[in-house]
Amino acid sequence: MTAVIEVASLVKKYGELEAVRGIDLSVEQGEVFGFLGPNGAGKTTTISILCTLLRPTAGKARVAGIDVAQDPAAVRRRIGLVFQDPSLDDQLTARENLELHGRIYGVPGAVRKQRIDELLGVVELADRAGSLVKTFSGGMKRRLEIARGVLHHPQVLFLDEPTLGLDPQTRKHIWDYLSALRKREGVTLFMTTHYMDEAEFCDRIAIIDRGTIAALGTPAELKGRIGGDVITLAVADVPAAAREIKERFGIDPLAANGTLRIEVPDGASFLPRLVRELPMPISTVSLSRPSLDDVFLKLTGHAIRTEGASEKDMMRNMGRMWRGGRR
Amino acid sequence: MTTAAQRTTMVTTPFGEVGGGLLGAIYIVWWRDIIRYWRDRARVGASLAQPLLYLVIFGTGLASSLGGGFGSSAGAAGVSYTTFIFPGVISMSVLFTSIFGAMSIVWDREFGFMRELLVAPIDRAAIAVGKTLGGATQAMIQGLILLVLAPFVGVTLSPAVVLEIVVLTFVLAFGLSAMGVALASYMRSMQGFQVVMNFLMMPMFFLSGALFPLVGLPSWMTVLTRLNPASYGIDPIRRTLLGSSGFPVERFAINIFDRTLPIAVEAAIVLAFGLVMLAVAVRAFQRRD
Ligand SMILES: Nc1ncnc2c1ncn2[C@@H]1O[C@H](COP(=O)(O)OP(=O)(O)OP(=O)(O)O)[C@@H](O)[C@H]1O
Ligand SMILES: [Mg+2]
Repeated sequence: MTAVIEVASLVKKYGELEAVRGIDLSVEQGEVFGFLGPNGAGKTTTISILCTLLRPTAGKARVAGIDVAQDPAAVRRRIGLVFQDPSLDDQLTARENLELHGRIYGVPGAVRKQRIDELLGVVELADRAGSLVKTFSGGMKRRLEIARGVLHHPQVLFLDEPTLGLDPQTRKHIWDYLSALRKREGVTLFMTTHYMDEAEFCDRIAIIDRGTIAALGTPAELKGRIGGDVITLAVADVPAAAREIKERFGIDPLAANGTLRIEVPDGASFLPRLVRELPMPISTVSLSRPSLDDVFLKLTGHAIRTEGASEKDMMRNMGRMWRGGRR
Repeated sequence: MTTAAQRTTMVTTPFGEVGGGLLGAIYIVWWRDIIRYWRDRARVGASLAQPLLYLVIFGTGLASSLGGGFGSSAGAAGVSYTTFIFPGVISMSVLFTSIFGAMSIVWDREFGFMRELLVAPIDRAAIAVGKTLGGATQAMIQGLILLVLAPFVGVTLSPAVVLEIVVLTFVLAFGLSAMGVALASYMRSMQGFQVVMNFLMMPMFFLSGALFPLVGLPSWMTVLTRLNPASYGIDPIRRTLLGSSGFPVERFAINIFDRTLPIAVEAAIVLAFGLVMLAVAVRAFQRRD
C-alpha cells in the first residue's frame, strides 16, 4: 500500500488566527477519504495547502510523494481540484472548458479529444457539450467540474464540498458519478463535506473541528466509538432529567438543542426501564443506531452546525449577484 | 466494502508542459478573455453609452458656453470643444475598460475561473501577462470603436492615421491594464475597489488632459498632470488624430520645461510604465501566501 497523501503536524495561520492547528493524516492510493467538519473548521485551508495554493505555516505535506512546499509545479501536474465555488468559465461551452483545461495541462490533441468525449459521456453531458455553461443548472456545473478535474489523469482528485447547495437527489447523482469515475480511473478522492450522510460513502473519514482532527477512521469504527444505541429524549426540564438519569442509571447524558442523548449498549431493553423509572414526564423519545452526527456531537461536544455568514461568504454572494451567477 | 489494495490502481505519469510553454499559456489566458468579450457583446454596447454621453452632452454643452473658438488665439482658428474632447473620450473608454477589467480579477481569483489557472501547472507569470494583454486588447477595441464618430466631430481618417491610432491606443491600454492588474494582484477584497475608483481612476481621468488642455495650469496641477502616466497616453492620440485633420493641436501638447515632447517619447514613457507595472503584477502572482 502506498500513501498518496501524507500530512504531518500541519499548521496554517492567517495572521493571528490559527485555522489549521497540527493535522496528521495519510491517505492511500485509490481510497475515498472524507474530511468532515463544520463551517470554518479548516477544511478548505487544508485542501488549499495540499493543492499548493497556500503555503503551510509549519509542518509537512506530501502529495504523490512530492513535498507541496518544495515542488508545487510537480504536485499540480498530478492532482485535480474541484473547488467549493464553481470555477468554470460560464461564457464558454462545456466542451471549451474541458478543451482549455486539457491544453493547460498539456494533454496532447488526439488524446484530449478522445478523453473529453469519454468524460462528457460519463457525467452525461454529451448532449449539452456545445451549450454555454451559464445555461447549466448547479448540478450540471458540478458534473462538468468533476469531469474536468480528472481529464488529465490526476493521481488524486480533491473535492471541496462537491455537493454543497445541491438538492438531495442531485447529491446522490454526483456520488454515483464519483464512484463510477473512481472505478474507471483508479483515482484517489479526497473530499470535504459537512453533510454527515455523505461521509458514509467514504472509506475513511477524518472529523475536523476548529483546526484539529477529532477522530479518524472508517465510518463503522467511528460509530463504534459510541457504545451501542442512542436514545434521544425530549423533556420539559432538561437539567433536572439529566441529574435523575445520572443518579439512577449512572449514565452521563449529553444535552443538545433541548433534548438529552443517552448512549447505551442495548437500547431495546433499556428504553422501557428508562420510561418506567424516570420520575418526570417525557414528551418524546426515540431510539436509533448511532449516526455520524452522534459521533461528531460526542467528540466535539457540540452539534455540527452552520454558522452565520462570514465576510468571505458575503463577498461570495455579492459576487454571485453581481455576475448574475447561480449555483 | 472493498479496501484500497483490492481496487485496481492506475499508475499515471503526468502529461508534459502546456503546448508552446510560457507563450502558449499566455495565449490561452488571452484567448479566454477575448472569447468572453466577444460573447458579451450586449455589455460591449452598453459600455459605449458613457463615452457617448460625455461627447454629446458634455461636449455640446461646454462648446456652446465657450463659443466655437476654443483654444483660438489671435488670427488662428480654434478647435470646437467637442472635437477637442473626442480623443479624450476615446481615452476615457480605454481607461475605464482597463481598470474595470482588471478589478474583475479580485473576484475571479477568490471564487471564479482564475483559481483553475492558479492551480494549473503553468508559470503564473503567464496569468499576469495574459490578463494584461487580454484587458489591453479589450480596452483598445472599446476605444477604437468610437472612431466611427470621427466624421461627426470634423475629423477625417486615413489608413495611416488609423494605424497610428491603433498603436497609440494599444500602448495606452497596455499601460493602464498593467497598472490595473498590478493593483488587483495586491487587493484581497472588493472594498478596495471603491478606493481605486475614487482615489485613482477618477483623478487620473480628470488630470489626464482628456477634458481640458494641460497648458497654462496652476503649477501644483501642472506637476500632477505631468506625473500622471495617462497624460502621456492621451496626448499623442490627440495630436495624431486632430493634427492630421489640420486642427492646431500642437499648442495643447504636453510640455515639460517649455519643451514639447515628441510623440515617440510620450509613447515610450507609457510603455515603460506598463512594463514596470507588469513586472510588479508578475511578482505578485508568483508569490504564494
Ligand atoms: N484568507 C483568509 N484570511 C484570513 N482568515 C481566513 C482566510 N481563509 C479562511 N480563513 C479563516 O480560517 C478558518 C478556516 O477556514 P476554512 O475556509 O478553511 O474553513 P472550512 O472548513 O472550509 O469552512 P466552510 O465549511 O465554511 O467552507 C475560518 O475561521 C476562516 O474565517
Ligand atoms: Mg470550505
